[in-house]
Amino acid sequence: MILTQVTAAETEINPLVPHVPEIILGVIVIAILFVGVAKFIVPNFEKAYADRTAAIEGGIENANAKQAEADAKLAQLEAQLADARHEAARIREQAREEGAAIKAEFRAEAQAEAERIVTAGKAQVEAERQAAAASLKTEVGSLATGLAGRIVGESLDDDERSSRVVERFLADLEAGVH
Amino acid sequence: MKSLAATVMASESGPHIPGPADFFLPPIVGSGDWALTKVTFLVLLSVVIGFGFFYAASRKAAVVPSRLQFAGEYVYGMVRNSIARDIIGSKDYMRFVPFLFTVFIFIIINNFYGIIPFVQFPTMSHIGFTVALAAITWLVYNIVGIAKHGFIGYLKLQTVPSGVSGPILLMMVPLEFLSNIVVRPFTLAIRLFATMFAGHLLVALFSIGGAWLILHYAPTWQGVAAGVFAFLLGIFVSFLDMLIMFLQAYVFTLLSAMYIAGAVADEH
Repeated sequence: MILTQVTAAETEINPLVPHVPEIILGVIVIAILFVGVAKFIVPNFEKAYADRTAAIEGGIENANAKQAEADAKLAQLEAQLADARHEAARIREQAREEGAAIKAEFRAEAQAEAERIVTAGKAQVEAERQAAAASLKTEVGSLATGLAGRIVGESLDDDERSSRVVERFLADLEAGVH
Repeated sequence: MKSLAATVMASESGPHIPGPADFFLPPIVGSGDWALTKVTFLVLLSVVIGFGFFYAASRKAAVVPSRLQFAGEYVYGMVRNSIARDIIGSKDYMRFVPFLFTVFIFIIINNFYGIIPFVQFPTMSHIGFTVALAAITWLVYNIVGIAKHGFIGYLKLQTVPSGVSGPILLMMVPLEFLSNIVVRPFTLAIRLFATMFAGHLLVALFSIGGAWLILHYAPTWQGVAAGVFAFLLGIFVSFLDMLIMFLQAYVFTLLSAMYIAGAVADEH
């Protein structure tokens, strides 16, 4: 019974014979799908691909530009740094020179001042010594004359004589000292 | 034409053996050859699904893709790069991408109908649709070949192998003509049809037979044991069928690309 049923079905229907309406439907449906795919889907996906490629290329370009800019800046900064170092060295040198000059100047000034003070002191001492010597000479003379007059009891009022005596006395004194 | 359910009901004494008759579904609208069946609607729906999904995925065309766009691009990129570009060559593959992509998504959606619950019918198991596809591919590759090389030049390209002369050439020319021009559309159509037909038949056989064994076989315990085993096999076959559904869509697209590549090739 099963067997007869199956054979009946097979003679009735041959699956290898295409149904004409299905071929037509298939062609129409594929054509519709093709139009949709070709008009919308493929252009959209291609646009996404193109945009992506452009974005990546743009990104790389951008990065390259940034890199170049950074390199330039670095070079500039290095140049500035070198300049600054140079400048600093120059200023240091100048300061050292100036310091040395100032030191020398001060030393010279101090030397001069010291010499001046010493000279002034010497002159003053000399003057005072001369004054003292002069006054001493006078005083010692009169004192000695008075003293001698008193000792010898003779009048030694004669100025000429007394001064002669004093001179001789002083000369003896000096000779004695030497 | 009896419906599947009616046939199952009618044959309580033994299992209904699925056969070619089960592939011819009852009409929903109309009658006879031009009746609209489930298959008609599924084919129409495949356009809506294919266009709808990929249009939604490609609509924004964002540089950084969403998940949907990524999924769409994945499929599109496979057809565009690993089929069209690799086989036709980067010079003029782009003008064939829309056609190849249409073929691929049309076949894969219609094939996967066979595994989707409640739909469960691979429309490509009707040879009419695979004939339509094969005919279009045949026209496309022959027309682009003739457009590029001229009629005589194209025939020469397809039938005269290089480096062969004399009597062997006389034998080769008809053979090449047969294999490159005549047989190709038949193999394309029958390969896709037969794999889908057989896959569906196997899945139907295991599930109908399993159900009958569990419900009607006596003694019951043997029937249940064998029925469960039949269902397990049916599940395994379903997975195999899914692999074949993808593979056949891929193969059809790949072969179409190869035929086009052969037709637009500069020389052998």
